Amino acid sequence: MSPAPEDASVHRALGLSDDEYQRIHELLDRHPNHLELAMYSVMWSEHCSYKSSKIHLKRLPTEAPWVLVGPGENAGVIDVGDDIAIAIRIESHNHPSAIEPYQGAATGVGGILRDIFTMGARPIAVMDPLRFGPLDDPRSRWIAEGVVSGVSGYGNSVGVPTVGGEIVFDETYKGNPLVNVLAMGVLPSERLVLGQASGIGNLAVLLGASTGRDGIGGVSVLASAGFDESSEDADKRPSVQVGDPFEEKRLLEACLELLDEGLVTGIQDLGGAGITCATSETASRGGAGMDVDVTAIHAREENMEPVELMTSESQERMLAIVEPKDLTRVIEISSRWEIEASVIGRVTGNGQLRVLNGFDGEVLASLPASTLHDDAPEYDRPLAPPSNLTERRSKDASQGSADCVNDLLNLLRDPAWVYSQYDHQLFLNTVVGPGNDGTLLRLRNPRTGEETGRGIALSTDGNHRWCHVDPRQGTAMIVAEAVMNIACVGAYPLAVVNCLNFGNPEHPEVMWQLSEAVDGMTEACVAFNAPVVGGNVSLYNETNAVDIAPTPVVGVIGMHPSLSVPPPVIGLPSDASLLLLGQVPEANVSMAGTQWAWEVGGCKDGTLPTFDLAQAVRTATFVADAVQNQRLVAVHDVGEGGLAVAAAEMAIDSGVGAQINYHSDHIAMFNESGGRVLAVVQDELLDAFMTDASEHEVPVREIGRTGGSSLNFGSEITIPLNDLEHACRNELPEALGRGTISA
Amino acid sequence: MSCRVGVVRFPGTNCEFDTVDAIRSLDGEAEVLWHGEPSLKNVDAIVIPGGFAHGDYLRCGAIAKFSPIMESINSFAKAGGPVLGICNGFQVLTEAELLPGALQKNAGMKFLCSMQQIEFVSTSNVLGRQAQAGDRLLIPINHFEGNYVCSPQVLNQLEEENRIVFRYTDNPNGSMADIAGICNTEGNVVGMMPHPERATSPLLGSTDGTTLIKSLLIT
Repeated sequence: MSPAPEDASVHRALGLSDDEYQRIHELLDRHPNHLELAMYSVMWSEHCSYKSSKIHLKRLPTEAPWVLVGPGENAGVIDVGDDIAIAIRIESHNHPSAIEPYQGAATGVGGILRDIFTMGARPIAVMDPLRFGPLDDPRSRWIAEGVVSGVSGYGNSVGVPTVGGEIVFDETYKGNPLVNVLAMGVLPSERLVLGQASGIGNLAVLLGASTGRDGIGGVSVLASAGFDESSEDADKRPSVQVGDPFEEKRLLEACLELLDEGLVTGIQDLGGAGITCATSETASRGGAGMDVDVTAIHAREENMEPVELMTSESQERMLAIVEPKDLTRVIEISSRWEIEASVIGRVTGNGQLRVLNGFDGEVLASLPASTLHDDAPEYDRPLAPPSNLTERRSKDASQGSADCVNDLLNLLRDPAWVYSQYDHQLFLNTVVGPGNDGTLLRLRNPRTGEETGRGIALSTDGNHRWCHVDPRQGTAMIVAEAVMNIACVGAYPLAVVNCLNFGNPEHPEVMWQLSEAVDGMTEACVAFNAPVVGGNVSLYNETNAVDIAPTPVVGVIGMHPSLSVPPPVIGLPSDASLLLLGQVPEANVSMAGTQWAWEVGGCKDGTLPTFDLAQAVRTATFVADAVQNQRLVAVHDVGEGGLAVAAAEMAIDSGVGAQINYHSDHIAMFNESGGRVLAVVQDELLDAFMTDASEHEVPVREIGRTGGSSLNFGSEITIPLNDLEHACRNELPEALGRGTISA
Repeated sequence: MSCRVGVVRFPGTNCEFDTVDAIRSLDGEAEVLWHGEPSLKNVDAIVIPGGFAHGDYLRCGAIAKFSPIMESINSFAKAGGPVLGICNGFQVLTEAELLPGALQKNAGMKFLCSMQQIEFVSTSNVLGRQAQAGDRLLIPINHFEGNYVCSPQVLNQLEEENRIVFRYTDNPNGSMADIAGICNTEGNVVGMMPHPERATSPLLGSTDGTTLIKSLLIT
């Protein structure tokens, strides 16, 4: 082995602290060589080790009888009956997308799909919650356009529909966009496989793309540090991987065939930290060791150094653990799908991960496989609320000029420009697609394709404004909103995945936000009986030492138990009662954290309105029941922009207006008090509906009648549907059609 | 006896199982045919489904036309066998010169996935047996390269020979003469950009694709 590095600058350049170096020294009882140090640096990076967040994540509820695999594996897996299981996961690709929007987003999709088929599941849905800087910033527009193209270009080609997501623009994401991707897959329960290497003498087969010099240090250099002006961000571009959706498609089909024929004992995708991560994770999970021959790795370029081969994040690769007797068949299937397969490792019994120059050649690195994972540092970083929290919370966010008609027009935004670029219908499952509250997919048997008569609902939600004002209650409210969204398509929650996007964990305020968010999520997940089955933490989202507003994003998956007719529309069928269901906001309800306060009033602080979580649970269940029983002709969640935006979206979608006899001031129209939905019920069913609601303790207020060609609030405000439609539909095409040319 | 349809699978194809499901839901038989094997297994009709054959690298359909199965499909088509190319399948058929013209990038330079209304222009082909000219159908499109182009002479010929099968009522992609689908002179080879298999269930928002698939199954 090469001599030990003497110079502290070596480990620091790799992103390891002096204390971490000391710990490696103790674990090995000697100085690590450069290759070993590089392997520790990627595996102990924030991105791979969750070293700052682990201590808090432990508080999340993760168990339920239907949870087959919880956090810690490649994806969470839940049992949905009929011997069908669902794998689900969410991840961020924020920093790569800031540097190289198209490839950053594309490889974000590719990476998460591999997490899903690693579990033995065929990916059938992607969701993409996206957050960018303001639309009047040319660079933010360039990033937004590139990211949407990347999701479209990769997702469509690889053949997985993108069935929903979010798009948010705000100053806080100007230097640091958030590109989160959720993927879901279905599998026959018996095909579930875990990323484990076991059986001494079994072979580790590297499948897929060749290993190149792209993405080296992606997890340590790129994902685990913020952006600032002094560092040359463009220099980080080589740390962004390049995606090839066609390679991924063939890899996916080949892996599913290998799994169908029972040819692998364990399988693991190669993502962050590349071969180092895949070999050490499979070995340590299986309680085994592994010998890895770097000369056997099919490489893209000549003369690649062992450290490059071991840490490259080249995309579209998988590591399969195969019994020697099955190798011929594995290679046959691989070549039919035109993918390369190389035996790069052997499972050993000694617990060591050894990197060799030829299986009988020089030992280049030798370290206990489990130390890369189990012994990764875990930090209880200092946390503290912002010093001016009391002052911030005392602010009144309702002040500001309120031209309600104009404000409403400014708050409307149709995301169709985004989702029309995504194939959202492949696999013939999409009953309710993007642009609605929740997405609803037919659940079909993955073996036979037969319909189960049930549906799976998905929603992703985040709200940085609520979480900036109060990360704890704000996070509880986004979980409730996601559950309410799937209730609107008739589904009940089963599980949650989360993507925790925060700033620099070395800032005590950021750690406080993270801790508060975890507690808020815990409260809501317990209330909705929806455990967290997986997640991802993205830290160091900062630019020039300014942290992004805390942005936990949740994905909620739910079950629609009897899917025979499509759920009610977002619309206003004519001549019926418009009802507002759910928690009744207090008098003079706070405007803190509302889209109106941030974008019109200019106040970002205050205290969130009181939120009654128990009431939200009752309301969501009642709404899902009512959809199941076909008692609603239309329904829409009240979220960002409050009642006025929800009503306007319903009017635009149906081309029918309404007379809303409700207070017509900006507080009534734009407050975002949680746990509410708008619904339309036909007159003949109204009495029974009201009685039923009261029995279920769900407040219902009749606030208006549908009909006409304008949306009216009281007698003062009348907005023609044409104006609403124009404002809503044109914003994104006009802004993003401009590309990077300054407005 | 019900019609047996061969659905071709190239590496990168992704609508093959949707197409199989749609055919089976209409009581047809369907079998997936691997691009690398020339045998058509005595099927009665061929569908080349949507997706990204060979990644659509180089040019959509440009590599697919060299797959071993294409020679057999060529002979099958020349012998009058029904062949339907959907989306990427339409692109493959133009590259293989079983249909004239080409499909270039959408006029808006964006991928487009949306429900679209199309109108039957000519029913003298394997998809039109249960339809009348002027029938309007709601069928989704899902493509980046769906903008049909051909020479003025070919366009004239298509119009004179009544070979424009569908036109968009609201052209989404810049296609010449609003063309959404065309056929060969004999009417046994049809290419269309919209996806009829995606319009086969009320739960999916339209059942208008069923008349087209049923017509194919009558052979």
